[in-house]
Amino acid sequence: MDQSIDQVRAAALMEMEAAATPDAVQVLNTMYLGRKGLVTQLLRAVAQLPAQERPAAGRHANAVKQQIETACRQALARLENAAAERVERIDVSLPGRKTAPGTLHPITQVTHRICDILSRMGFEVVEGPEVESDYYNFEALNIPKNHPARDMQDTFYVSEDVVLRTHTSPTQPRVMEQRQPPVRIVAPGKVYRCDSDLTHTPMFHQVEGLLVDEKVSFGDLKGTLTAFIHRMFDPQTRLRFRPSFFPFTEPSAEVDMLCVICRGKGCRVCSQTGWLEILGCGMVHPAVLENVAYDTGRYSGFAFGMGVERIAMLKYGIDDIRKYFENDLRFLQQF
Amino acid sequence: MKVSLSWLNEYVTVGMPVEQLAHRLTMAGLEVEGIDDRYAYLDTVVVGRISEMAPHPIADKLHLCQVHTGGGTCQVVCGAPNAAVGMLAPLALPGSALADGTQVAAGTIRGQTSQGMLCSAAELGLGPDRSGLMALAQDLTPGVALNRALGLSDAVLEISITPNRPDCLSVLGIAREVAGFQGVPLRRAGIRLPKAHGSIEAMTSVSIEAPDHCPRYSARLLDRITVAPSPFWLQDRLMSVGLRPINNIVDITNFILIETGQPLHAFDFDRLAEHRIVVRTATAGERFTTLDGKERELTEEMLMICDGRQPVAVGGVMGGLNSEIEAHTTRVLIESAYFNPLSIRKTARQLGLKTEANHRFERGVDPHGTLYALDRAAQLMAELGNGRLIDGCIDVVHDVPAPANIALSVADTNRLLGTDLAADEMARLLQSIEFKVEPRNNETLTVQAPTFRVDVSRPEDLMEEVARRAGYERIPVTFPYIAPDTRPAPKLPVQRQRIREFLAGMGFAEIITYSFVHADTCLRLRLPENDLRCRQLAILNPLTEDQAVMRTSLIPGLLETMQRNISRQSRHLKLFETGKIFISKGSDTQPEESEMLAGLWTGDRVESDWYVKPEPCDFYDLKGVVEGLLAGLHVHPVRFTRLQDDLCAYTHPGASAQILVDDRLVGILGQVHPRVAEAYDLRQKAFIFELDMQRLMDYIPDSLQSRPLPKFPATARDATLIVDKHLESGAILEQVRRMNESLVEEVRLFDVFEGRPIAEGRKSISLRIVYRSAQSTLEDAAVNQLHKTITNRLVEQFNADLPT
Repeated sequence: MDQSIDQVRAAALMEMEAAATPDAVQVLNTMYLGRKGLVTQLLRAVAQLPAQERPAAGRHANAVKQQIETACRQALARLENAAAERVERIDVSLPGRKTAPGTLHPITQVTHRICDILSRMGFEVVEGPEVESDYYNFEALNIPKNHPARDMQDTFYVSEDVVLRTHTSPTQPRVMEQRQPPVRIVAPGKVYRCDSDLTHTPMFHQVEGLLVDEKVSFGDLKGTLTAFIHRMFDPQTRLRFRPSFFPFTEPSAEVDMLCVICRGKGCRVCSQTGWLEILGCGMVHPAVLENVAYDTGRYSGFAFGMGVERIAMLKYGIDDIRKYFENDLRFLQQF
Repeated sequence: MKVSLSWLNEYVTVGMPVEQLAHRLTMAGLEVEGIDDRYAYLDTVVVGRISEMAPHPIADKLHLCQVHTGGGTCQVVCGAPNAAVGMLAPLALPGSALADGTQVAAGTIRGQTSQGMLCSAAELGLGPDRSGLMALAQDLTPGVALNRALGLSDAVLEISITPNRPDCLSVLGIAREVAGFQGVPLRRAGIRLPKAHGSIEAMTSVSIEAPDHCPRYSARLLDRITVAPSPFWLQDRLMSVGLRPINNIVDITNFILIETGQPLHAFDFDRLAEHRIVVRTATAGERFTTLDGKERELTEEMLMICDGRQPVAVGGVMGGLNSEIEAHTTRVLIESAYFNPLSIRKTARQLGLKTEANHRFERGVDPHGTLYALDRAAQLMAELGNGRLIDGCIDVVHDVPAPANIALSVADTNRLLGTDLAADEMARLLQSIEFKVEPRNNETLTVQAPTFRVDVSRPEDLMEEVARRAGYERIPVTFPYIAPDTRPAPKLPVQRQRIREFLAGMGFAEIITYSFVHADTCLRLRLPENDLRCRQLAILNPLTEDQAVMRTSLIPGLLETMQRNISRQSRHLKLFETGKIFISKGSDTQPEESEMLAGLWTGDRVESDWYVKPEPCDFYDLKGVVEGLLAGLHVHPVRFTRLQDDLCAYTHPGASAQILVDDRLVGILGQVHPRVAEAYDLRQKAFIFELDMQRLMDYIPDSLQSRPLPKFPATARDATLIVDKHLESGAILEQVRRMNESLVEEVRLFDVFEGRPIAEGRKSISLRIVYRSAQSTLEDAAVNQLHKTITNRLVEQFNADLPT
């Protein structure tokens, strides 16, 4: 009897050890420990033995049964561990399921960046109407009817007194009429001029800045714009301020920065001058302050304006202004 | 404004290279836009030696010349009488341009090849002689470019003059600035009038009947003039700035105009009726033929220079054919006037004329500069036209602006500029450009601007002059004091940016289209006449018909952008735009501007890829975007309801919804109407939405409140109802919400089905209702009871069946 018990044990343990799948283990489990299993049969056979042999044989058979049960558990655990460690390989080079990103228009991005920098310098974003009265677009800004300065901007007219605004400057008198200094605003928006060629579109975008307070100087204007351009482009950008003319500022200046393409050597982008016009500015003309009933003895201020398309062209290296409004997806997706 | 360096050197010794001069002018506010080499056109004109000559076989006066050009020899057909073997003469190679613009090309002349052109001095703009070839010195080397061989060099500066500086629309004005920043004297030509005869008063008169338009009129008279070509030096000056020489009299007036900035006019005195000048405004409807040969109709506001009978010139703008200088003219009346800038500008605009004269008059010439220009012209006409000066000068002066004293506070100037300049430094800077300065005391200067500086009238104008002369680069960089701001961030710009970023995050590309559209847009969008959006604001002077009216909707821009992209092979598009639309309230007033947001989706929902088959997007794709956007903005409650068929203009009546927030219309959503798609040449389905940004702003909360998270578990029950197939499922959900059961946390639809085994004309709708109590875990029995009640009410309400 003992011999057959040991034979079953040896066979069972060996087979458990060799089982390759949990299913195979289950089959062995049933084969040895099931209702009709070999161990079960042995136990039944033990019951048939003479009484004096039964206790020893019974102990032996039960011990073997426990050993096989343990072996079965171990085999299952071994196989589970093996399964956990086995790696199913996928093709990681297949493209991911797309969540195609959209894009913000480059003009939006640059406008946002300009306003963001100036907001952090304490300027508040304001907006104004695009169809404007002649008064706010011109007269309040010291550009009377029939003034030669009107030639500087080709105007779209709706009627004698209503125009498409030619610049964002009308926001200056509009805001100043509503508040007392200090005034610090930045006004982005669309503007319109009756002009269309390689470098002009009849609609484009400007950002206007205005600061009016006590004791504001031209030096402050230089400081503010220098800080702005350094943030917008790069802190090494060289600038120059040179005299110019705008009817609503006095003194007026044009700000040039060293050409970002050729670094001042002269190239096509800067028309061989080495410099790029980047914005117009000046101290607010006293006539403009008088038009909004500010005390010119007490307050002074500066204003500046820039073309967003031009700045975006320089920032992104865009060569044709018309691309902005063709909205070719292949262009838009580059930003 | 063009100025040649050699002309400039007549009045000031330029002591620096031209590039540096250009830089200094630019930094003084006279922006140099370009520097041209005046003789660059001679690069392709070379020194040639005539090595052989033979008569032209069939033309008596022509010769075949073999011209040696250093490297080789070429044949040139030439008819010049002085051509001779051994002679050195300029040879213009094919591709050269002559002084008058003629292009030289290789070709055949009466059957003989000619590989260039042997030129006279006049043809090359190098001298008056046109009688024969320009004989060059024998020591020149054949083949060398003529400009190098003759050492010809002059630079022409193209200077952009801002409208406030008419004084710099002259060579003298620019020379004055150069003298100022170089610290050297300006040399104005002195006047040496010849001996005069007779008396101008006895021969003519000037009467100004419109002194508002013409405050000053000065005139001189010459007789025994010989009209002839100008001497070469004068022609050369004019050509250097791009003017065409005509005859000595006209050339002199043009020369003085460019030199001094004072426009002059020369009349043939014998063609003036009654030999007198009357300055008056035109009578309405009067007709007049200007020098350019065009007949023009005049209005009462136009200033005319007349003789005793009729107009002879449009004052300050253009002369008339009837008093033009002609070859046989012998007596000349020179006009040198100061006209009202506004009057000239109006007249020139009405007549559509732009001349050198009105360009200067409308910006303002020196009201005290008429006599210098007049005398200088008279002197030159006497010298160059052999004329005899009539004694005396007419100078009728009404109310001309007088030089005014301006008090300039040194402290105010330094405060505005941020500088620390001393009073005498400021005085020195101003004096360097001919301002008169007297210190009143240590703090204030009394300044008188020169009369040609019509732009200077207030202290700030002087401050600009101080800054300009000191150099803007000398102003130190400082920063303004900026007090901390307490103003709330403006809602619309902030939310607009958030919305753009949401949509970009959802895969949409932002576009920006023109605010103006074609006037037929309303028709193409099928808008009924009474639609607000048919109230288009028209532009009086549009560039093209496609940009003639302000847009009243963003949809056309989206559809055009879709069309353009599809034509460039991008078929799958998700686009959006934010911008204003303009509803006219009449052209005399500003329109109503409202900001809109619109989006478009066309093509495949997801572009085909290894994991997905292409499937076109539909209404519900775009609806999901709008729902997601509004949820992200915390806008609620939002409802989508069917848009009435008669309100569907550009959307498909079968697939159009209005978007309501709190029962207020904020926008629409739908498929582009097939007829509209056709009008925009679109061959694939597209879905669009539009939202009114201002209304949306009313529902975006300024602040949010958190809610406690539920403590007890939720339990869900499903219900399936079989209802009429035309019933909108939203109505059922809405009905559940309206029951206002406190235990119902959420209701949503999870299946819709039509077809067997559901009966014809019916559909099944499956809902999931989530129940939860804030106070306890719900008992199954209670939930079942409530669910049954709700289901029964729905069955009754919607005439529904339950599935068997």
